[in-house]
Amino acid sequence: MEKVKLVPFSGNQSAAYAMKQIEPDVVAAYPITPQTEIVMGFSQYVADGKVKTEMIPVESEHSAMSACIGASAGGARTMTATSSQGLALMWEMLYIAASTRLPIVMPVVNRALSGPINIHCDHSDTMGTRDSGWLQIYCENAQEVYESMILAVRIAEHPDIQLPVMVCQDGFITSHAVEGVQLFDDKTVKDFIGEYKPRFSLLDIEHPVTVGPLDLQDYYFEHKMQQSDAMKRTLSIIPDIFSEFEKKFGKKHNFVEGYKLEDAEVAICALSSTAGTARGVVDKLRKDGHKVGLLKPRFFRPFPKDAILKSLSKIKALAVLDRSESFSAGGGPLFTEVEAAFYNEKSNPLIADYIYGLGGRDIFEADIENVFRQLIDIAKSGKVKEKIQFIGVRE
Amino acid sequence: MANLKELSKTIPERLSGGHRLCAGCGASIIVRQVLMGTKDPVVVAAATGCLEVATTIYPYTAWEVPFIHSAFENVAATISGVETAYRSLKKQGKVTKEIKFIAFGGDGGTYDIGLQSLSGALERGHKFVYVCYDNGAYMNTGVQRSGSTPRGASTTTAPYGEKSYGKSQRRKDLTAIVAAHRIPYVAQCSISHWNDLITKSEKAFQADGPAFLNIMAVCHRGWGIPQQDAVDISKLAVDSCFWPLYEIVNGKLKINYKPKNKLPVMEWAKRQARFNHLAKEEYASLVAEFQADIDADWGRLLKREALDQSGTVELPKEKAE
Amino acid sequence: MSGKNRQKGWKDIPIGGLIDKGGTAKEYKTGDWRTFCPVRDESKCINCMICWAYCPDSAIKTKDGKMTGFDLDYCKGCGICASVCPVKCIKMEKEEK
Repeated sequence: MEKVKLVPFSGNQSAAYAMKQIEPDVVAAYPITPQTEIVMGFSQYVADGKVKTEMIPVESEHSAMSACIGASAGGARTMTATSSQGLALMWEMLYIAASTRLPIVMPVVNRALSGPINIHCDHSDTMGTRDSGWLQIYCENAQEVYESMILAVRIAEHPDIQLPVMVCQDGFITSHAVEGVQLFDDKTVKDFIGEYKPRFSLLDIEHPVTVGPLDLQDYYFEHKMQQSDAMKRTLSIIPDIFSEFEKKFGKKHNFVEGYKLEDAEVAICALSSTAGTARGVVDKLRKDGHKVGLLKPRFFRPFPKDAILKSLSKIKALAVLDRSESFSAGGGPLFTEVEAAFYNEKSNPLIADYIYGLGGRDIFEADIENVFRQLIDIAKSGKVKEKIQFIGVRE
Repeated sequence: MANLKELSKTIPERLSGGHRLCAGCGASIIVRQVLMGTKDPVVVAAATGCLEVATTIYPYTAWEVPFIHSAFENVAATISGVETAYRSLKKQGKVTKEIKFIAFGGDGGTYDIGLQSLSGALERGHKFVYVCYDNGAYMNTGVQRSGSTPRGASTTTAPYGEKSYGKSQRRKDLTAIVAAHRIPYVAQCSISHWNDLITKSEKAFQADGPAFLNIMAVCHRGWGIPQQDAVDISKLAVDSCFWPLYEIVNGKLKINYKPKNKLPVMEWAKRQARFNHLAKEEYASLVAEFQADIDADWGRLLKREALDQSGTVELPKEKAE
Repeated sequence: MSGKNRQKGWKDIPIGGLIDKGGTAKEYKTGDWRTFCPVRDESKCINCMICWAYCPDSAIKTKDGKMTGFDLDYCKGCGICASVCPVKCIKMEKEEK
């Protein structure tokens, strides 16, 4: 078998390299830990003349997204990157980018939201924007970051989608850890993403348009309906893009990724790097004869309900790992959406929520093994003793 | 000298009728006159406010040119994005036309919430014109005080009342703040002086970098004046030196209009309902302070002009050891 | 104002809130806001174009450097043209509806 060439890249380097190959027309850049290396790396590509991108060194993340909206409306392929407080600061503009239907792609390096201020990984930042109308892809490792960035451009720019996409990775854990990453060649990437054909452009002087009008009660709902419909349609459109990606690069992508679920009796559902940790625990427990499995959703928006239900249809007990708290008194966001997905199903697993890793608190294999053992108990007893638990917090 | 006959023949109408700004709105006069400053195609951006809201009620737009609004505090950032897209695409040969970029923001969206994004855009040196249509309050939401509201004016969040004379703080000198960014062209204009305004607009569009026009916009609703008096009231503001007409070209200040008879500021203020309470005897000292502030600012402007226009500046000589 | 636009459903309008052409506000006739209407004494008019430069509603019609009339579809009767006219050839008269 031909040996695959790997380069030692961190998640941030992978994102920056993908951006280099995508070569957007405009990139807005503002620093925030742990994303800064993405814009730094990309700035070096610009300074070395390796990309023709025009950079806008903005003075805040709110201005970063504002400038992206302006640039994208001006017909440019546009990107930026952020984390945590930066994402929070641009919150209103996220909604505007999505509702204006601009295909902006943005790597987000997941970091806890203040307060208190914390620079380490959890998913509170992107989970907080789950209603903004952006698509959200969660990546387990640097390879997934790299590939998802390339996929994201095609998804965002698809004429029947036209929605912005966030490509998420765990702060420090993935963004700063160096792994072996397989890169594709420039030409194939460029062939795959193609030339950007904007739906409209402010620079098309012959066809003046007005972007961002005032909607009164008589039109706002219709514009939102269009967004709702588009997000729904992504579920049927994106699989075609996955197929094309596989044909071009030989790599499979899907809305969810299952591991040893075919005959599993209990399973964990987890996003991003924690899924990687859980995979090792699955292997260990399988050696002891336990029928355990793992589901790693890759997309959170759109919420891939059918894919999740299909993957977990035979599971008796399911633990959802949430790396953020919704403070709803009813569990984290991944749990509530997964549980709701099962509501109308004839049979559904017993489901428990495990909130972990807030503010970069590590989660260990032993913790995950403990969750699996609880699941085995739950499956046996038919009861969930504690619906919502918190892993790793000191009393 | 702007030739209105020529302009009426050669400049396309970029703002159509049918918008829903109040009859006699100063903002629309500003937009039309500023846009007479260039024949080139323009892309217009506006901050949330009267202008944006009244000209783009879906599905109606009064803009005959490409127009974008995104949010309140970020018109400068938004137009920065469009301008950068233009430079990028032009570099790639995908766009070939000469296009001008202009952003309109009210005083609310410029002095206050928009100050950060304006500052960033100016510092980055984008080639665009920023016009602040300054009517001295958040008019669209019902006349709330802004950083540009004059001291002593009554607004709905700093109203004249039994225990208050209205806004107690002096307004910001935004034109000076903008000039401190060392951009090629900064000016103050007024609709009362159309030739000065259009000439300055022409210079702004020709600047090789950011240009800023701070233009006093009369709002008859917020100021409490008859709707046909916008131009007359503007002239009083200029003649009383409340709103001096000057420009700063590459850092050098020049006053474009020096009133032959400098009017007391109350000649301007007394015509407006928002200042009615200042006629009371108890506010005589406040009025005196108001006048003193205007006079001091005008004096500083004259001094600065003399300095800037005189050529070199003598640095103090070092003392011999 | 035409009510026909209010019938459009979400499938029939451009996505993203885009208004896909310029000047559609011209379909909205603000002329019915007027109480007073401008009336010009043509014999006094010097075609200086100052009224054209000041009209907030682009309602001064011009052709070849001459003022040809008021666009009563949009004129809101604000009276600014009358106030700026250097020869005072425009008067605002109460409009009978």
